[in-house]
Amino acid sequence: MAADKARTQTIGAVRRTFAPWNDPTATPLIRFENVAKRFGEFVAVDGVSLDIYEREFFALLGPSGCGKTTLMRMLAGFEEPSAGRITLGGQDLAGVPPYRRPVNMMFQSYALFPHMNVWDNIAFGLRQDGMPKAAIKARVEEVLALVKLEPFARRKPHHLSGGQRQRVALARSVAKQPKVLLLDEPLTALDKKLREDTQFELMDLQMSLGMTFLIVTHDQEEAMTVADRIGVMNLGELVQVAPPAVIYEQPATRYIADFIGDVNVLETKVVTAGAEGVELASEKTAYPLHIAQPLDAAVGDTAWLAIRPEKMRIALVPPAHLADNCFEGVIWDIGYLGDLSIYHVELACGTRIKVSQPNVSRLVERPITWEDKVWVTFSPDGGVVLTR
Amino acid sequence: MNRSLSWFNVTSLVLGFAFLYIPILLLVLYSFNASRLVTVWAGFSTQWYAALLENDQLLDALWVTLRVAFLSSLAATVLGTLAAIALTRYGRFFGRTMFSGMTYAPLVMPEVITGLSLLLLFVAVGMERGFWTITLAHITFTMCFVAVVVQSRLITFDRTLEEAALDLGCTPLKTFFVITLPLILPAVLSGFMLAFTLSMDDLVIASFTTGPGATTLPMRIYSQVRLGVTPEINAICTILIGIVAVVVLLASVLAKRQEKMRRRAEQIAARG
Repeated sequence: MAADKARTQTIGAVRRTFAPWNDPTATPLIRFENVAKRFGEFVAVDGVSLDIYEREFFALLGPSGCGKTTLMRMLAGFEEPSAGRITLGGQDLAGVPPYRRPVNMMFQSYALFPHMNVWDNIAFGLRQDGMPKAAIKARVEEVLALVKLEPFARRKPHHLSGGQRQRVALARSVAKQPKVLLLDEPLTALDKKLREDTQFELMDLQMSLGMTFLIVTHDQEEAMTVADRIGVMNLGELVQVAPPAVIYEQPATRYIADFIGDVNVLETKVVTAGAEGVELASEKTAYPLHIAQPLDAAVGDTAWLAIRPEKMRIALVPPAHLADNCFEGVIWDIGYLGDLSIYHVELACGTRIKVSQPNVSRLVERPITWEDKVWVTFSPDGGVVLTR
Repeated sequence: MNRSLSWFNVTSLVLGFAFLYIPILLLVLYSFNASRLVTVWAGFSTQWYAALLENDQLLDALWVTLRVAFLSSLAATVLGTLAAIALTRYGRFFGRTMFSGMTYAPLVMPEVITGLSLLLLFVAVGMERGFWTITLAHITFTMCFVAVVVQSRLITFDRTLEEAALDLGCTPLKTFFVITLPLILPAVLSGFMLAFTLSMDDLVIASFTTGPGATTLPMRIYSQVRLGVTPEINAICTILIGIVAVVVLLASVLAKRQEKMRRRAEQIAARG
């Protein structure tokens, strides 16, 4: 127990202080410089520049077809960039075939060799390096223990469960101790519960191995859970690169705000803008909207207020100091999720907004119900103003 | 759907099989006939099989046939597999359509034409006709069958397996031998067996491309039958049927197993 606790604290300490991207003296391990990839007319990746640092857990997030997998496959060496440059530890990777790159990949389909047992699958990469037999044996056993698969060493892949196959694929890709481990949608094939457990195991593993992980996923929860930083991609372009909390709380564009989590986006006009904050006016509410966010915009410009459902409060009576940041509406629908309830509130103009409230008490005297008149409020730091 | 056999179905089945197999059955039966006359049954005997062992002409022909079949199907398997890989892997290359058309042309080409054109070629280049010209001719016409069988397997081959091997530091050539080949081996083997039986059966192309001293079994049988059917011919034909049946059976068992493995792999993939 004590040892466990000590370890957790170390991880916490490391995670807290780990931010090489803010350190101008740090040299990135992987650099994508204006990388583009075209397949005929189709532009899969369009001028992406990205630095990834050693020991970082980086997630490329985006809908399918956004170019995230292509970007990863270029790093692995399966595709050559049409333009731009990729360097790894200072070495230009152009023309280096996949079998000479110090990166390993875990495939979405796992790609386990069906004619080899678990042991041989894991030993495959080590054998290619001409490692002595004893060393291979030691390493395979070490990796098998890491993923807790020792009893299954002699089984063929088709005699394993989905979760076990996923572990074999992981073990095989870390066996060679690559500088970078690429994970292509590694958890999509697992069911929800197993996926959540495995996410934390992946983080632990990355910490203890001290490797750089690059994960490609379309699952925003997964990216938020595991990654130090997330790069959100759309239509072949990298839209925003930031730690999960920044991506969620300060999205750069409406696209990101909408893609990550639930959000209400309202079109507004700028009334005043300055270093201390913004006042917005919207047709959706009679009250002025004050947001504590410096904004460089002219009066009368269009801006969008993005506000997450959990950042708002809902009440059956008007708030005591009814001055600003308030919407009036009627409950249109309620989604009860157990831990929280989601209320769809229809405003006077017909727009519906989503508000979520934690269910803090088991018994509520007068629960909010359908067709109730409600007041929805939020604090000035609850929303974010977007100009794109 | 009504799955029980109606009278109509049973009758058509029996008639169909009778049409196909009565001639062969008769031949097998008469190879055990004690009488010298092919059409008169005079009791069971294996004497013709014994006589066969002393008939050097027939045994020589059998030996030539087996050697030709083995060598040509071996070469056809290698070439056919390579052609299949080129056709499935190298997406679009200059002349792909023509190449694929040319690979399959011998499948539908009348044998007489294949035989004649090969004969013209051998004469033109001044190659002495005999064992090697038959072997070459058989490679030419069986290769496309191998290509078809192997190609159908390669189309469903999961290429990420090869990428995984490359990713783990295996060179492309080695990847082919340790990953691709073991997985497509059943298809390659059934292609080999198909080529083997085709070569063994062939009369027309062999007749065109043969020379003195190289007579295959089908040619020998054909020339002897013109002088009258002897029970010895029946005996050797029975043996021939046996060999072909075994090879074809093996090939179909291999194909079945491969199909089963593929299905299982697909199920696993579907389950995730």
